[in-house]
Amino acid sequence: MKRYVYINDDESSHELFCDNRISNRKYTVLNFLPKNLWEQFSRFMNQYFLLIACLQLWSLITPVNPASTWGPLIFIFAVSASKEAWDDYNRHLSDKKANEKPVWVVRQGIRKHIQAQDIHVGNIVWLRENDEVPCDLVLIGTSDPQGLCYVETSALDGEIDLKTRVIPAACMGIDFELLHKIKGVIECPNPDKDIRRFDANLRLFPPFIDNDVCPLTIKNTILQSCYLRNTEWACGVAVYTGNETKLGMSRGIPEPKLTAMDAMIDKLTGAIFVFQIVVVMVLGIAGNVWKDTEARKQWYVLYPLEGPWYELLVIPLRFELLCSIMIPISIKVGWLGDDQFLYLKSKVSLDLVKSLYAKFIDWDSEMIDYETGIPSHATNTAISEDLGQVEYIMTDKTGTLTENIMIFRRCCISGVFYGNEGGDALKDTKLLNAVAGSSPDVVQFLTVMAICNTVIPIKSKTGAILYKAQSQDEDALVNAAAQLHMVYVNKNANILEIRCNGSVIKYEVLETLEFTSDRKRMSVVVKDCQNGKIVLLSKGADEAILPYAYAGQQTRTFIEAVEQYAQLGLRTLCLAWRELKEDEYQEWSLMFKEASSTLVDREWRIAEVCQRLEHDFEVLGVTAIEDRLQDGVPETIETLRKAGINFWMLTGDKQNTAIQIALSCNFISPEPKGQLLLIDGKTEDEVCRSLERVLLTMRITSSEPKDVAFVVDGWALEIALKHYRKAFTELAILSRTAICCRVTPSQKAQLVELLKSCDYRTLAIGDGGNDVRMIQQADIGVGISGREGLQAARAADYSIGKFRFLKRLILVHGRYSYNRTAFLSQYSFYKSLVICFIQIFFSFISGVSGTSLFNSVSLMAYNVFYTSVPVLVSVLDKDLSEGTVMQHPQILFYCQAGRLLNPSTFAGWFGRSLFHAIVVFVITIHAYAYEKSEMEELSMVALSGCIWLQAFVVALETNSFTILQHLAIWGNLVAFYVINWIISAIPASGMYTIMFRLCRQPSYWITMFLIVAAGMGPVLALKYFRYTYRPSKINTLQQAERMGGPILSLGNIEPQPRSIEKEVSPLSITQPKSRSPVYEPLLSDSPNSSRRSLGPGTPFDFFQSQSRLSSSYSRNCKDN
Amino acid sequence: MSSNTPSSSAGGVGSADSAAPRRNSKRPKYSKFTQQELPACKPILTPRWVISAFMLVSIVFIPIGVVSLFASRDVVEIIDRYETECVPENLRNNKVSFIQSDANKTCTRKLRVKKLMKQPIYVYYQLDNFYQNHRRYVKSRSDSQLKDNSSWNDVSSCKPEDMSNGQAIVPCGLIAWSLFNDTYNFSLNNQQLEVNKRGISWKSDRDSKFGNDVFPRNFQNGTLIGGKTLDPTVPLSKQEDLIVWMRTAALPTFRKLYGKIERDLQANETIHVTLENNYNTYSFNGKKKLVLSTTSWLGGKNDFLGIAYLTVGGLCFFLALSFTVVYLLKPRRLGDPSYLSWNRNPGGH
Repeated sequence: MKRYVYINDDESSHELFCDNRISNRKYTVLNFLPKNLWEQFSRFMNQYFLLIACLQLWSLITPVNPASTWGPLIFIFAVSASKEAWDDYNRHLSDKKANEKPVWVVRQGIRKHIQAQDIHVGNIVWLRENDEVPCDLVLIGTSDPQGLCYVETSALDGEIDLKTRVIPAACMGIDFELLHKIKGVIECPNPDKDIRRFDANLRLFPPFIDNDVCPLTIKNTILQSCYLRNTEWACGVAVYTGNETKLGMSRGIPEPKLTAMDAMIDKLTGAIFVFQIVVVMVLGIAGNVWKDTEARKQWYVLYPLEGPWYELLVIPLRFELLCSIMIPISIKVGWLGDDQFLYLKSKVSLDLVKSLYAKFIDWDSEMIDYETGIPSHATNTAISEDLGQVEYIMTDKTGTLTENIMIFRRCCISGVFYGNEGGDALKDTKLLNAVAGSSPDVVQFLTVMAICNTVIPIKSKTGAILYKAQSQDEDALVNAAAQLHMVYVNKNANILEIRCNGSVIKYEVLETLEFTSDRKRMSVVVKDCQNGKIVLLSKGADEAILPYAYAGQQTRTFIEAVEQYAQLGLRTLCLAWRELKEDEYQEWSLMFKEASSTLVDREWRIAEVCQRLEHDFEVLGVTAIEDRLQDGVPETIETLRKAGINFWMLTGDKQNTAIQIALSCNFISPEPKGQLLLIDGKTEDEVCRSLERVLLTMRITSSEPKDVAFVVDGWALEIALKHYRKAFTELAILSRTAICCRVTPSQKAQLVELLKSCDYRTLAIGDGGNDVRMIQQADIGVGISGREGLQAARAADYSIGKFRFLKRLILVHGRYSYNRTAFLSQYSFYKSLVICFIQIFFSFISGVSGTSLFNSVSLMAYNVFYTSVPVLVSVLDKDLSEGTVMQHPQILFYCQAGRLLNPSTFAGWFGRSLFHAIVVFVITIHAYAYEKSEMEELSMVALSGCIWLQAFVVALETNSFTILQHLAIWGNLVAFYVINWIISAIPASGMYTIMFRLCRQPSYWITMFLIVAAGMGPVLALKYFRYTYRPSKINTLQQAERMGGPILSLGNIEPQPRSIEKEVSPLSITQPKSRSPVYEPLLSDSPNSSRRSLGPGTPFDFFQSQSRLSSSYSRNCKDN
Repeated sequence: MSSNTPSSSAGGVGSADSAAPRRNSKRPKYSKFTQQELPACKPILTPRWVISAFMLVSIVFIPIGVVSLFASRDVVEIIDRYETECVPENLRNNKVSFIQSDANKTCTRKLRVKKLMKQPIYVYYQLDNFYQNHRRYVKSRSDSQLKDNSSWNDVSSCKPEDMSNGQAIVPCGLIAWSLFNDTYNFSLNNQQLEVNKRGISWKSDRDSKFGNDVFPRNFQNGTLIGGKTLDPTVPLSKQEDLIVWMRTAALPTFRKLYGKIERDLQANETIHVTLENNYNTYSFNGKKKLVLSTTSWLGGKNDFLGIAYLTVGGLCFFLALSFTVVYLLKPRRLGDPSYLSWNRNPGGH
């Protein structure tokens, strides 16, 4: 599990570890074709289509020219293969560029210029400013006298701020020249992909230093693909090379997400597949029977008396080939990257429109964050429809709902509250006076504020001091301290300088006990350079500080202060300090060193050691930092909740803060409309009881319009998820709103998992690294490219600049995508079925022998061209305008419940295709009977009948016609004739002169009009009847929108100006004191309740709700 | 890897400054298309629109239907089914053996002209229950062989009628082999009635599908004789009966053009037809009919289009009427927000 890297040892490591050649290629020139084909054909459905295509080579059974299947098949495979090849070639090029990049490496004690791919583990690599790091290095020297260097890690984690990296203590002060000769060993773990961890040790060999082990952390490394910035040079030892670097290891193909819609299309394809098999069997048997009874009498067919052994199979196989077009070719070949039994993903049309949906998101100018200029981006182009089907949104709080701009607002120092009057402590004259008067408590407090952190002050050219902070809270505190005349001026190695009221005080930082989300506090041990006193300064969450106050200190005021601030929605931190004795520190310091150089469980060991120091605090005070809500958050949440989406807030913050934020952003309603139920408890029993109580209340109130939300904290959640999963799942289903506070990243992911297991579509939105797991877990992950870096945005399927864009993302893009795909996929089936039914009908008048009515060219062009072009422009279709959807977000229910694509709508399309096939077939064979019944002519009449019907079907189903749609629909009709005229002009083609002959016949045109009228009349009448007398909500809104009716007055959302200050009072949680709350039942028909129960509406609605209901039952039972 | 991050080159400290140039480069181009804001017309199914559409269809369709029906009725057609009558009565129990025997198969039929038939009068033979569209049959031909003398050997697709006595057959295949071989001779008032058999096939077929240097060869030389034999001295492009026959029919009941009579036939005239009843339809109970027909602008006699137009037009009229009635009796305001369930209960959200 470990690797030993010998620094500057040219020989030993060459065999052990790989060189630095990066290779991201999947293929080589030789294995490309077999490997790629193997990959493509490892999917079930591709094998099926290959089989079909192979069968078609058998001329005895093929209905048409094999080219009609082989053409598209080869085309589609060629497209995806060449895309793969192109990608691979580009990867190869970029690999090559990276591999051949010249770098300075020490070889035999001399610095040499070599290619990056020749770096070996243990080599010392020299970098200049703005160089890209070629492999993972452990720093051993920099140009900076303090051993610092700055790196930009955006390629690694997407964060654009500079990170400081420091050389290990053991290498400190080694002379520039000696660095070439340095020898030593680095003991480090085997390569992994964790870019936040590097638990290693370094031991330099004499003469450099005695055999002291020096611990290494991620701070001592610079990783591959980072850039060296603001540092003249740096050098380091290569520890991981080539594909074994942290970056190389973390490369991987993310598991593709599958939308609910894809799953539904799969199911439908499965059904069609079964239908096809049935048809083939029935027709096959009928064909064999007819052959034996009738065809033997038809002397002109000359059936031999004794056929070959496979004779019985010939007719069924012919029908299999005839019917294979039932599954549309434009939809059928594909499924790259899925291991399930999935066969459907149209490489051609569906993928194309899906990437267009994604482009629309990228292009949307209303979703650009104008403050930063960051547009929205859809990383995952395949799941846009799922956005329209979201049922649960799990949101982070800080940085997602709030702006993550921290402003220091209030504080409480030794029991005195500052900033309560003006709401801004920095302007509170009392505090200013206290600072001016150098009140010792206040000065001590400000000192902690200023130096208990990991902030680095940087002097800009103008002389102003800029702080580089990794946490926004620290930034706020340091800036506030600076404004209160406690200016953190400089950090020089371990020496901090602060300027307080004109005098400069120096501290030496002895240790930094870093913040972890488990410890919830951070501390620094500093030595006052003036008097040599060693002090421990701590700051942290109240429950991580206050219990550790020294015995006898009154913490009541602090608890009150914390509560009061939390009520205001402010983030609180408690500051504390303790003076350490020299020997106590020394003793502890040894333990700390040991802990920090362990390789196993280092984090836990360090936490344990820190615990030994962090006690008996003297609590100095409480700071309160405001984190303002982002613009438009309350409106967004309200709109989305109206759309029937349930919100869960998952935050690491305190319960009170979380509830306050939740209140102020409409997440929960204040009393009496809202009701908060608390699940708490420290033991299993307590949690169990509280859970049951909440569940009971939920069951009673679930039919009421009351906003009932439950609040659970991380501890109780842990127990609930572990022991009472079933009860908690039920609660999760019943509750529309939940607040989970103090939850860890993995708990966030667990909650998403829980809801997903109940078959809900979940969307997780977050901005920080702690949300990444939940974002990846959810069906749809949305990242906010905010101040906490781009980690979340990179992991997400969609990245947006502000929370409020979520509304547009879901209601506009998600909904349109869903509607469009619903139409597109069902239409694809429809058009294939029409042609297939006609073939089946024709087989009954051709002796069930499997003759194809249509010729190869027509069949191929029908699927690939005539019917795909008009439908592709349906990506521009909008059933309702964006404004209407925004005003009536409830309409999203149609997407959530899958109203537009489900077995019953599909049955409608199936029926329509059957009806149209009958219309075309019957009219054609009667109008072109007797002397006109020439095969080629009749086939063209039937085909053009289908094309005419397609055009009108698309036109009827299109809600909004733009110029492009007119062009595509009617242009396609014209193109059909033009193409066929061209083909008819080729003497060699079977269709020679056919189309010219037809177009000159009045009876042809009369037949066409008849087909259109007979085919579309009933469809139009039915649609009109439904539209007018049984309108769906969508129809009603369409009508209202286009008639200019008074829809605006009713569903309007007024932006509600809310400020945290005004709503301090109405909060009351169901605290232990009111344990058995009774609620008056109110009767109402809220969209929410009708969503889960039977909604008023047509029988169709009824059917839907029923299935919905039953599915929600099954959801409840799923967890058993 | 770094290409899709917003900024991979700008320094962190200066990130606020670097945002400005980034803003321009990253902002998507505004266009009506990218914003999905192309001007669109959004028709909805208002009663007025739908009712007038149906009305319009009925107004257009009914006259067309009437005209078509008249056109079809104007066509004069004489149909004579002869496959049973032309078998001597004593042999009718076993028609198949009769047709396969060498007996004299000449047969005389009398056709009475009911109405004036204007020239040109088309003479068709009609076969029933004959599957020219059977897969085995329809594929059994060689287009290249028919067109080009040099590929006379190309008979691979013609099975089972590809070779005979070890020689390729020209024209090969089941279709050619089963060529219809009944012949008709018309006489009116004891005068021969000229039947023009030229120009009965498609010109395009004569010109480019059947070669004028391809002569029948080794045709009907096998043990099984199918249908008509061809004169080996006449090129295929002149064998119009063959060309007509090779245009396979899509339906099991079909008519094929036999010839044209280029003179008017007066009402109540009687035509004597002397026919050679050679073609075997008896083994599969097929019917044979001789059809004399004039044409209209719509083609032959076929009431289907007219009736269908009248039906569709009538139904549309009926629909338009009933929609109007329903609309008048039960008016319904379109887009009434009160139909939205969430609006019925303002407190519901």
